[in-house]
Amino acid sequence: MKVIITVVGKDTVGIIAKVCTYLANNRVNILDISQTIVQGYFNMMMIADMSDSAKPFEELAGDLEQVGEEIGVKIKCQREEIFTKMHRI
Amino acid sequence: MINIYEVNETNNMIEHENLDVRTITLGISLLDCIDSDLSAVNEKIYRKITTAAKDLVSTGKAIEKDFGIPIVNKRISVTPIALIGGAACSCPEDFVTIARTLDRAAEEVGVNFIGGYSALVSKGMTHADELLIRSIPQALAETERVCSSVNVGSTRTGLNMDAVNLMGQVVLQTAEATKEADSLGCAKLVVFCNAPDDNPFMAGAFHGVTETDAVINVGVSGPGVVKVALEKVRGANFEVLCETIKKTAFKITRVGQLVAQEASSRMGIPFGIIDLSLAPTPAVGDSVAEILQEIGLERVGAPGTTAALAMLNDQVKKGGVMASSYVGGLSGAFIPVSEDQGMIDAVNAGALTIEKLEAMTCVCSVGLDMIAIPGDTPASTISGIIADEAAIGMINQKTTAVRVIPVIGKSVGETVEFGGLLGYAPVMPVNSFSCERFVSRGGRIPAPIHSFKN
Repeated sequence: MKVIITVVGKDTVGIIAKVCTYLANNRVNILDISQTIVQGYFNMMMIADMSDSAKPFEELAGDLEQVGEEIGVKIKCQREEIFTKMHRI
Repeated sequence: MINIYEVNETNNMIEHENLDVRTITLGISLLDCIDSDLSAVNEKIYRKITTAAKDLVSTGKAIEKDFGIPIVNKRISVTPIALIGGAACSCPEDFVTIARTLDRAAEEVGVNFIGGYSALVSKGMTHADELLIRSIPQALAETERVCSSVNVGSTRTGLNMDAVNLMGQVVLQTAEATKEADSLGCAKLVVFCNAPDDNPFMAGAFHGVTETDAVINVGVSGPGVVKVALEKVRGANFEVLCETIKKTAFKITRVGQLVAQEASSRMGIPFGIIDLSLAPTPAVGDSVAEILQEIGLERVGAPGTTAALAMLNDQVKKGGVMASSYVGGLSGAFIPVSEDQGMIDAVNAGALTIEKLEAMTCVCSVGLDMIAIPGDTPASTISGIIADEAAIGMINQKTTAVRVIPVIGKSVGETVEFGGLLGYAPVMPVNSFSCERFVSRGGRIPAPIHSFKN
């Protein structure tokens, strides 16, 4: 199952490292990462594959939210379809 | 592959522009609950609803989590109760027991509204239809979640003026029966012409007899998204304006389609339709009136309002139709007064009157909606308002409706607070000349001619 993970917040050292470490520990494969600064805020998007993870989507999404809280950024995890349906005919 | 800008656009719509799915409405047929024994009918209805809808709320919540999109309401519509209770009910109070059962079932499965306490009387009223209609004031006063609707006319049948006359009285009685709560009962009562069988929006939702056993219908939202999109093309010509509305409507509707398909597959219930209506809420920035202002009106109600609304409504449909495999329900911009801050402001500024609202309903869904009027308005005048609105629907082959609230004890200039999604509204003046002799004639207005359109 493909998911989109977005990270928004104040830039700080180790954001990507923290998120990637969590994903690696839970066997979530990262397919693509892009990053930009929007209105002075750190803004990252990851496309990831959760198929091999032992944890269900809800738990992973909850965990990631918590990882975000620990480092002071907002992490959101959504299934890919909401974006592909909206932006692709 | 999807890129970061597209992801940000979607999430901005959700987080800052009030994009949500307004409702997943589960339509349930109660035709197999018919019985000549009243307690058996009630028992069957309760069991059917609580079985069919047991996973509705949890499924809705799971979909919200998976896609990160709020689904504001999970609701139920049922077969018009006049058909279901007809064999068992011999007085209005008997029908009220069914209303209580619907309320209990809705509470059990965790939905905030259940629609279908309805009668379809566009040509004539059966004895059961009349009993149900006469039970509406008590039913709405004694229940919390039950919504009622009555279809009094159609393009094919003309207008049932006996029903129109009766509904004026019923609206007023409902107001009286719920006067402690600012006549809130009337906010749950809609009088239709050309009522659709698959409308997911309350208070007018019911599960038509043309429908299958159970069906998932979804109502999308998104006035805020359209408004923000239009801010970016301020001053551009109509071609650009229309293209922008269409593209935005497409995006909004695709989210509804996704949610509907997910809900359908997870619950094993067929997908019915997406309702494309732009449905405002009292939240700041979630207003159809503000879209019209962004298009170029100082206030809604100014000359040009009807044209702007016609254009908006048509472009929303053009964008939305391609985004969904099945479109149905009401599918037009809603212009409720109390549920739209821009409309409230326009009324308070003296820009918007009931007469202008009536003109606006000629080009969009779905009628005079959530309008507070003085509590001393005569029943015949309310019938006259219903007749006017139904005539617009009948002649123009569209759905129209009336949901006015005569607020007992309040007069023009005062404000009434309904709370939540129902919002608040200034009491609006109603033309004080009488139509008593007109609405009390009795009988029907014949079906209109379908040619010589002028």
